[in-house]
Amino acid sequence: MRVALFVSCLVDLFRPSAGFAAVKLLERLGAEVVVPPAQTCCGQPAYNSGDFNTARELARPLVDALAFYDHVVVPSGSCAGMLITHYPELFKAEPLWQAKAETLAARTRELSAFLAEHGGDDFIDASFAGKVAMHDSCSSRRELGVLDQPRALLGQVSGLEPVELKDAETCCGFGGTFCVKYPDISGRMVSDKAEAVVASGADLLVSGDLGCLMNIAGRLKRMGSPVRVYHLAEVLAGMTSSPGIGDGAIENSPLAIAEPEKP
Amino acid sequence: MKPTSHAFSSNAHRALHDRTLQQALAKAGVGFVDKRRAAIDGLPEFQALKEAGRRIKDHTLANLDHYLLRFEAQVQAAGGRVHWAATPQEACAAVLDICQKSGAKMVAKGKSMVGEEIAINDALEGAGFEVVETDLGEYIIQIAHEPPSHIIAPAVHKTRQQIADLFQNLHHQPGLTRPLQTVPQIVDEARQVLREKFLAADVGITGANFLIAETGSTVIVTNEGNGDLSATLPRVHIVLASIEKLVPNLEDTSVLLRLLARSATGQEITSYTTFFTGPRRSEDLDGPEEFHVVLVDNGRSRMLGGDYHEMLRCIRCGACLNHCPVYGAVGGHAYGWVYPGPMGAVLTPLMVGLDEGRPLPNASTLCGRCEEVCPMAIPLPKMLREHRRQEFAQRLTPPRARWALAAWAYLAKRPELYRLATRLAIKLLNLMSGGKGRFRSLLFAQAWTAARDLPAPQRDTFMAQWQQRRKP
Ligand code: SF4
Repeated sequence: MRVALFVSCLVDLFRPSAGFAAVKLLERLGAEVVVPPAQTCCGQPAYNSGDFNTARELARPLVDALAFYDHVVVPSGSCAGMLITHYPELFKAEPLWQAKAETLAARTRELSAFLAEHGGDDFIDASFAGKVAMHDSCSSRRELGVLDQPRALLGQVSGLEPVELKDAETCCGFGGTFCVKYPDISGRMVSDKAEAVVASGADLLVSGDLGCLMNIAGRLKRMGSPVRVYHLAEVLAGMTSSPGIGDGAIENSPLAIAEPEKP
Repeated sequence: MKPTSHAFSSNAHRALHDRTLQQALAKAGVGFVDKRRAAIDGLPEFQALKEAGRRIKDHTLANLDHYLLRFEAQVQAAGGRVHWAATPQEACAAVLDICQKSGAKMVAKGKSMVGEEIAINDALEGAGFEVVETDLGEYIIQIAHEPPSHIIAPAVHKTRQQIADLFQNLHHQPGLTRPLQTVPQIVDEARQVLREKFLAADVGITGANFLIAETGSTVIVTNEGNGDLSATLPRVHIVLASIEKLVPNLEDTSVLLRLLARSATGQEITSYTTFFTGPRRSEDLDGPEEFHVVLVDNGRSRMLGGDYHEMLRCIRCGACLNHCPVYGAVGGHAYGWVYPGPMGAVLTPLMVGLDEGRPLPNASTLCGRCEEVCPMAIPLPKMLREHRRQEFAQRLTPPRARWALAAWAYLAKRPELYRLATRLAIKLLNLMSGGKGRFRSLLFAQAWTAARDLPAPQRDTFMAQWQQRRKP
C-alpha cells in the first residue's frame, strides 16, 4: 500500500513533529509512505480570499503530484476538505480537471479517518496518563463528518481519559486569514474556546488541525494556562514527552514533565 | 437607512467593548440555541421535513412567474389588489399612495423586514403620517430610534433595564409612572399604550411570512397577536412582502410553518398564525375595507438562476444568526444595514452593493454552522466565498491583501524556491524565539499577538527534515 502524505503547509512550517507522527502511524499500518516533493500549499488561502485562479494554479500541480498513489492522507481536516470537497467544485467548468479532482478526492482521507478505517481496534501503541480534550476543526466536523474517528483512536491510548468541551461545535476563531483580518472578533472567539478548554479540566488539548491548534495554544499560553497542546497524531504516536505547541524546551524538560501537572 | 457596512471593523470593535450589549447578547444567544435543539430533538422527522421544505421552495422558485400571477389573480378574486414594485422607491410610493387616498393620519405597523429594507417608516413619516410599531421589539427600537439588530427579535440587543428606562422616559400618561421591574410589567405597559394606537390607526401595515398562490392569502406568524390587530382593526390593510415569499398551496405552507417555528424560536408552532384573504366580506364580523399587497422585488429577480439563487429559499427564521459565532460576538448593528448575520452577509452586498457591503462576507471563518442549522439548507459559506470571488475579480480587495496574496502565491507555485524561502524564515523564527516556544509579540504579526501568543516553529521545516532522513 503506497500512501502519499500531503503534509499541509502549517505542519511543514510550524509542526514537523506532527508530520513525522503521521508517518510513524502510517508505517505501523504497513504503508509505504511517500512525501511527493512538489507539494507546497493546497491553495486554500487563495480560494477563501476569492482568488480562484491562483487556487486553481496551485491545485493543478498538486492534483498531478498526488495522482499515482493508492491513498492520499492529510494530517489536517481543513486541507483534506479542500482536496475532497472544494477541488471538484473549483474545476466545475473544466471537465477534465474536474474528473481528475474527483478521482483524487475519492482517494484522499483526513489522517484520523484513514487510521480509523484501516487500523483496527488495537493498533495504537501509546499511553498517556491524564485527561485529553479533542477539538474538532469545523472542516473535519462539518465538511468531512470526521467526529467519531479521532475519539475511537484516542480510546486506544492506554491511561487516557477523554473529556469533551462545552460548545464543542463552535468555531475557535482561526479561519485562515480571518484571524488577522478581524483580530478583535477572532480574539474573542478563541478566548471563549480556551476558557472551555480550561473548564473541561483537560491536561492536554488535541486536534487534527494545526490552524486551530496554534490559535488555541496561543491563547492558552497567553492566559498562562498549563494545558499542553498537541496534534492528534503526536498523541497517537506516543510523542507527548516533547514540548507541546507553544511550549519551550525548558518548561518541558524531563524534570518538568516528571512533576505532577495538577495539585 | 444609510448603510454602514463598509465600517464593519470599527462597528465590531465598538460592539465588542460595549458591556451592556455584550450582556444582552450573551443572554439571548444561549436561549435560542437550546430551544431550537430541544424542538428539533423532539421531532424525529425533522430531516425529512427539511428536505420537503427545500423541494417546495425550489419548485416555487423554478415556477415563480406562474405562482406570482396566480397569487395576483386570487387576491383580486378575493377583492384585494396587488401592487408590483421593482425598487424600494416604487414600493414606498405605492404604500404612500394607498395611505393618501384613504385619507389616513395614523399607520399601525406590524413587524416587517421588507419594510425595513425599503425604509417605509422614513417614507411615511416624511409624508406626514404618524407611524406606530405594534410589535413589542419593533416598538422598543422605534422609540429608541434604532434599527433592528435581529430579524426575528429586533430589540435583542437591549437589556431589560434599558427598556424599562426607555419606557419611563417616554410614557408620561397618568398611571404609567411606576418604575418597571419585570418583563410582564414592561409588556403590560406597552399593551396599554399600543391599544390606543390600534384603535386610532387608519391603515395597518404588516409583513408576510408566506404568500399562498392557491388562495391569494398572506400568512403571518407572531407571538404577540399584534399583527392580527394591525391587520383587522384599521380600515385599510397593506401587506408588504417580497416576491420569494410565494408558496403554492396551504399544505406546502404547513410544512414551512413547522420548520420556521422550530428553527426560529424552538416552538412547535408560533402563538399566532394568521391567514388573511382579501378585505372584509359582508358576513365577516371584522376586517379591513381595503386589502392591498405590495410585492417587492428589489434585486430578487436578478438572483433567480444565478450564483445566489438558493438564498431565495430563505424563510427568515434567524437560526443562522443565532448560531453564528461572529453575530454572537458583535450583534446585529455592526453589520451596518437591515439584515445581519450570515444571511445578511449574503444579502447586504446584493442589495446595497458589493462596494459598501464587502467586509461582511469577509468577516466569517466559513465555519459552516449556519448552513448546518439552516432549515432550507442554504449553502451560506459558499455564497460568502462567491462574494469574495466577485470582490477579487472587481479589484475591490484592499491592495495590501492583494499584494500579500500575490507574493505568497508566487512562492507557493515554485516548490524549490518556496522550500528555500520558508526554510530560512522558519530557522530565523526558531532562533528568535530563544527556546521559549512562542512569541508574545512579533513585528508583522501584531494582529495575531493582540489576543494570543504565536507558537514558534520547530527547528526546521518538515520537508527539509524529511529529505535529510531519506538520505542514505
Ligand atoms: S438563511 Fe436559513 S437559517 Fe438563515 S434566516 Fe434564512 S432560512 Fe433561516
